[in-house]
Amino acid sequence: MAYLVLDQLTKRFGNWTAVDNVSLTVEKGELISLLGPSGCGKTTTLQMIAGFLDADGGRVMLDGQDLLAKKPNERGLGIVFQSYALFPHMTAAENVAFGLEMRRIARADRDRMVADALKLVGLEQYGDRHPRRMSGGQQQRVALARALVIKPSLLLLDEPLSNLDAKMREEMQIELRRIQRTVGTTMILVTHDQSEAMALSDRVVVMNKGRIQQVATPQEAYDHPANAFVANFLGRTNLLPGMVGGGAGGTVITVADSVWPVAQPMAAGPGALAVRPEKIGFVDAGGLSGTVLARVFQGTQWLFEIETAAGRLMVIRQHDGSPLPAERERVMVGWRTDDMAVMPADREAA
Amino acid sequence: MSMAASTDSQVQATAANPSTHAPPPRRPRRWPWTPYLLSAPGLALFAVLLLVPLVMTFLLSLNSFSFYGGIENVWQIGNYADIIADSYFHEVFLRTFRIAAVVTLLCALFGAPEAYILRRMKSPWRGLCLLIVLGPLLISVVSRTLGWALLFGSTGLVNQGLMAMGLIATPIEFMYTETGVIIALTHVLVPFMVLSVWASLQRLDPQVENAALSLGAGPLTVMRRVVLPQIVPGILSGSIIVFALAASAFATPAIIGGRRLKVAATLAYDEFLNTLNWPLGATVAVLLLIANVVIIVGCNRLVERRYKQVFE
Repeated sequence: MAYLVLDQLTKRFGNWTAVDNVSLTVEKGELISLLGPSGCGKTTTLQMIAGFLDADGGRVMLDGQDLLAKKPNERGLGIVFQSYALFPHMTAAENVAFGLEMRRIARADRDRMVADALKLVGLEQYGDRHPRRMSGGQQQRVALARALVIKPSLLLLDEPLSNLDAKMREEMQIELRRIQRTVGTTMILVTHDQSEAMALSDRVVVMNKGRIQQVATPQEAYDHPANAFVANFLGRTNLLPGMVGGGAGGTVITVADSVWPVAQPMAAGPGALAVRPEKIGFVDAGGLSGTVLARVFQGTQWLFEIETAAGRLMVIRQHDGSPLPAERERVMVGWRTDDMAVMPADREAA
Repeated sequence: MSMAASTDSQVQATAANPSTHAPPPRRPRRWPWTPYLLSAPGLALFAVLLLVPLVMTFLLSLNSFSFYGGIENVWQIGNYADIIADSYFHEVFLRTFRIAAVVTLLCALFGAPEAYILRRMKSPWRGLCLLIVLGPLLISVVSRTLGWALLFGSTGLVNQGLMAMGLIATPIEFMYTETGVIIALTHVLVPFMVLSVWASLQRLDPQVENAALSLGAGPLTVMRRVVLPQIVPGILSGSIIVFALAASAFATPAIIGGRRLKVAATLAYDEFLNTLNWPLGATVAVLLLIANVVIIVGCNRLVERRYKQVFE
């Protein structure tokens, strides 16, 4: 039985539906990301789970209990806020101890648990510092320790790394993963940063306009995006318009002068083919023909822009010494059928 | 000076690059007059309108006064000795600071929750309620106080209403009592407290309250342990403003308190304009100023030391 279940969760602000029938199941110990552009409903979803916003419809079940029936201070969830939301008038140790005090844990146990939590985030020497005297990364760690020390049934992280600089962010990503492995808490991470979601999560939930677009492992979502939005949001992709139809050996999609077999059953009609730039190679026959518009050397790789009858294509090739076409050269490009995703021509081409 | 010199030598060092042998550009050294010139009008105004009268008041307080001879241009501290020895003056000063302290306390009790509630209000109501709170500041102090006098009188609305409801048999004395002065002053000064607390609430991260809730604190605990400690500096700085204004208030104690209930400000006024004992009036004014400054600077020190760690 799933640990956390969101069942048709809905939130409206006036006429605007911020979260539209979101259903999701999360297993115990899983780290799952809600990923999407700003305004996609990911933070609203998190706020409803936390209880800071009331849901207009749907249910949230945690370990078989109805979460929405409880007040926010009775839910026992750990939350790490984007702004950290540390108590500025308390030291780091007092911040971490607050949740334990609320649970009326005896002084001695409390001190030990606070010390353990600070040690877990690598701040054992900073217990008596005030937040204002700490760096962003250190404040982030205190916020994490404060949320973890109460042994929450669920840890919610709202854009936890967005206020850190790039280097700190990478460090904290590794740190977060390590902590998640150590304590095994079920975590929901809200982020707009796809690389962060990819690096940290067991599964990603890609959201747009209040709806879930795809739930999959990061690799699966990257390699086989469910639709054009996911394909575009996760990394760079080439989206080629084509026509789906029945062929001799099954369903195929025709893109300009090339024909590609489609693995999944699909209705005939206009479709789109998504393929990543690094998955495209130059072939002698059986591919899509075009002309090299430009090629750019990027150190470890070459970036090609190729004009085809189906539109412009981005191709990335490793700089491994193999011969590559020059500019204005006629070429033919191809890819393995496993590396492409075919989807119906989209209502919401993003 | 030394800063400027070292900057110059740095410029020379950079310019004396082996590849370029051009003479180093020499900027004309200028005396930094500009800041002084720019602030001169303000400083002149400050000196003429505040410093000079203050010094003159202090000098006047050293003069002596006799009923027949008038003000005599001698330098002595007899007036200070008189005030320090006379229990009548003790009573007036004590009353002044008692009123100021109670008004400050009431302003904190009403103003801080008021500011908090205002901040949580939704858009159209917030502006409206803020206008009502700041309203007293928009009305002339005399007409506002006369309004209170109309309400407070023995045949005023408050007493009539209470008697009509059968809550009291005889009118409550508001006029010419400390209670009346305290109520009227609190009404006037509460906006200063609200504005001061409002400013410290603006710096409060709204997520902090949610963070405390998520850690299992009930709404009252959130208020006591998280919100209140963070707005204490606002309450204290508001208290300093309110205390200073209440201790030196003139119009309200003059109209509500009248001659019967003198405070330091009305006492100084009477010495100047009724007894014509200007030196004694000046002495009262100087002592009020000194007491005010001592109390306020002392409190400020205390606040700064207490909250240095947290807020900077």
